[in-house]
Amino acid sequence: MCNCGDYIQDMRYVALEKMLDKYRHTTGKIIPVLQKTQEIFKYIPEEAIKIIAEELKIPSSEIYGVATFYGQFHLQVRGKNIIRVCTGTACHVQGGGKLLESITKTLGLSGGTMTTNDLMFTLEPVACLGACGMAPVMMINEDTYGRISPEEVPEIISRYMEKDGIEKCIA
Amino acid sequence: MSETTVMINGIKISVPAGTSILHAAQKAGFKIPTLCYHPDQEIKANCRICVVEVEGQKNLMPSCATAVSEGMVIKTTTARVLEARRTILELMMAHHPQDCLQCVRNGSCELQELAGEYDVRYNRFPQEDAHLPLDYSTPSIVRDPNKCILCGRCIELCTSKQTVNALGLAHRGFDTQVVPSIGQELFESPCVMCGQCIHACPVGAIDGREQISEFLAAASDPNKVIVTQIAPAVRLAVAEAFGSESGQLSMEQLVGALRMIGFDHVLHTNFAADLTIMEEGYELLERISNGGTLPMFTSCCPAWVRFAEVFYPDFLEHLSTCKSPQQMFGALVKTYWAEKMGISPVKIFSVSIMPCTAKKYEAVRPEMGDSGYSDVDMVLTTKEIIRLFQMTGVNPLKLDAAEFDPWMGEYTGSGVLFGASGGVMEAALRTVYEEMTGRSLVKLEFNEVRGMEGLKEAALDWDGTIVRVAVAHTLSNARVLMDQVAAGKSPYQFIEVMACPGGCIGGGGQPLTRTNEQRAKRMEAIYDEDRSRAVRKSHDNREIKILYNDYLHEILGHKSHELLHTKYTIKRKNI
Repeated sequence: MCNCGDYIQDMRYVALEKMLDKYRHTTGKIIPVLQKTQEIFKYIPEEAIKIIAEELKIPSSEIYGVATFYGQFHLQVRGKNIIRVCTGTACHVQGGGKLLESITKTLGLSGGTMTTNDLMFTLEPVACLGACGMAPVMMINEDTYGRISPEEVPEIISRYMEKDGIEKCIA
Repeated sequence: MSETTVMINGIKISVPAGTSILHAAQKAGFKIPTLCYHPDQEIKANCRICVVEVEGQKNLMPSCATAVSEGMVIKTTTARVLEARRTILELMMAHHPQDCLQCVRNGSCELQELAGEYDVRYNRFPQEDAHLPLDYSTPSIVRDPNKCILCGRCIELCTSKQTVNALGLAHRGFDTQVVPSIGQELFESPCVMCGQCIHACPVGAIDGREQISEFLAAASDPNKVIVTQIAPAVRLAVAEAFGSESGQLSMEQLVGALRMIGFDHVLHTNFAADLTIMEEGYELLERISNGGTLPMFTSCCPAWVRFAEVFYPDFLEHLSTCKSPQQMFGALVKTYWAEKMGISPVKIFSVSIMPCTAKKYEAVRPEMGDSGYSDVDMVLTTKEIIRLFQMTGVNPLKLDAAEFDPWMGEYTGSGVLFGASGGVMEAALRTVYEEMTGRSLVKLEFNEVRGMEGLKEAALDWDGTIVRVAVAHTLSNARVLMDQVAAGKSPYQFIEVMACPGGCIGGGGQPLTRTNEQRAKRMEAIYDEDRSRAVRKSHDNREIKILYNDYLHEILGHKSHELLHTKYTIKRKNI
């Protein structure tokens, strides 16, 4: 197993410290700081909250409150590919539930876990994707898939698997 | 100040401009229910239970957060108001466990009281309990997040009054919770275990950790000799719990009552308080004359000590090395006292009765075993001791006075003062003055350091030596003084800190204490007791003299350092 991950991780914390420097003397900074942190880590690790609290002299309880309030912030590590499935009314009547079931099965997720063990996929059911005309809808990253049947799911997902299978260690 | 005239339920009333509808209505004689409102806190308007009708306003207005305006017509008794309040109660109750009979706040819960007053006999909303785990991570405090009604009072207390920031709101909507730090257990947060959040909580979501059953088990063990020490602030709250004024119960009546419920020997923490003054007073004198680290901070309050360890790790040498009276007592009871009484220390089960939740934590700190045993085996709070009196049907007020056990039961007015903010300072000044100048004090009271003022200071000119002292209670005030030290700008030599408002009389282990007014009354009772003591200076305590003569041999000597002094460690928490 390669250990390039350690190096990448260190660089992220260096980037975090550098970013925090810019916010030391500004007010109303929690949300932008959390956004930048998420850009760096792709999620908000607990360790990052501790560092932000210490460096910017903001109580960690306050930062945690903001980070958990907004849907845009993620406190768990997320997969490389984000699959969003619509659970809105229009998608529901067109079989959105079955679609969700099929994705869960294809990814091998169980017990409420939403991210695959290899960190390739994170499944996020969402309230509406704004494409009710194409129900049922799912999005993988920025690609939209409409009017799909549960049977098509494994093939669509496999496209992303292949692509990342090659790039896995380069990233 | 200009007056505003309003009409409340048809009654015309004038109040100062800017008064809230809530207070105006109270003045007019109408009670409006509240939950998130607290007289000593900011206005939050989280719970909406205090809504009223205001003519010309489409929506009901939260009376705590709405200021009166000239000519305002307010109705607090209409069906619409009552219906809205009842709906709010039903919604809260649908997410609140219905096990009131087993709740620590059975009979003292604000939600329970309102459910009674608003005649909630059934709930239109289905019961949905969260089934969240209880937090038993600290030895002092238990949190039951299932009972929380999200009023925010504990958060404000912890954030604004104590500047500890252990608690915050997290998540959103139905998932909203009060959580410590980064959603961890309380022990991993910067919580100092002062327990003031318990007094702030309107329901049973936060309470002290109870050890009543463990005590009963120990008391019925024939191989154990139960020895207790009782702190000065306890007596006052016990009297109140039995429907009397703070000062009406004598310490000696309490001694009798304690013997009746299973304590074999009753001694006094005040004895150890006098001892603390000897050691701490001389430590101060030594620091002043030998160029030691100044200002020196008192170290009696375990919540304050932990606060310093968490937030000011670089300045721990400013804390006196003296253990608190509880721990000095603990170290001596299994050594000196055991020797004097001819009781094997193995048999001694040492229980202290304290107005404090943080004392439970202090007793289990790993360094607190200098006697060779656990110095203090158990800490019961005032609340628990009252519960024991209730269970056993013993009313201390109805008992005759009894004597303390010998060797560690005698105490002076100075020892008593430890119960109130400024008391340690005053006691220390009495002794240090006489030692420094070799003269007797004419007036024993140091009024500058008395009272409920959050920060108190005094400058004393003792034969040309100016000693500047400060006293802080509540940790936000302590932070002000510590920040001065951190900036190298502290003008003081000696500083007393107590974490709780008013000092120990307002401690987290006392029965529910709502307001500072109540705390001020207890403070007066402490001053009364000091005045009534024949001996009022720690260094005049006869049993203290015997202790030094027979056992410790000298102040700040070898034995003292072994048993009565301690060191502090940096506590890394998510601040």
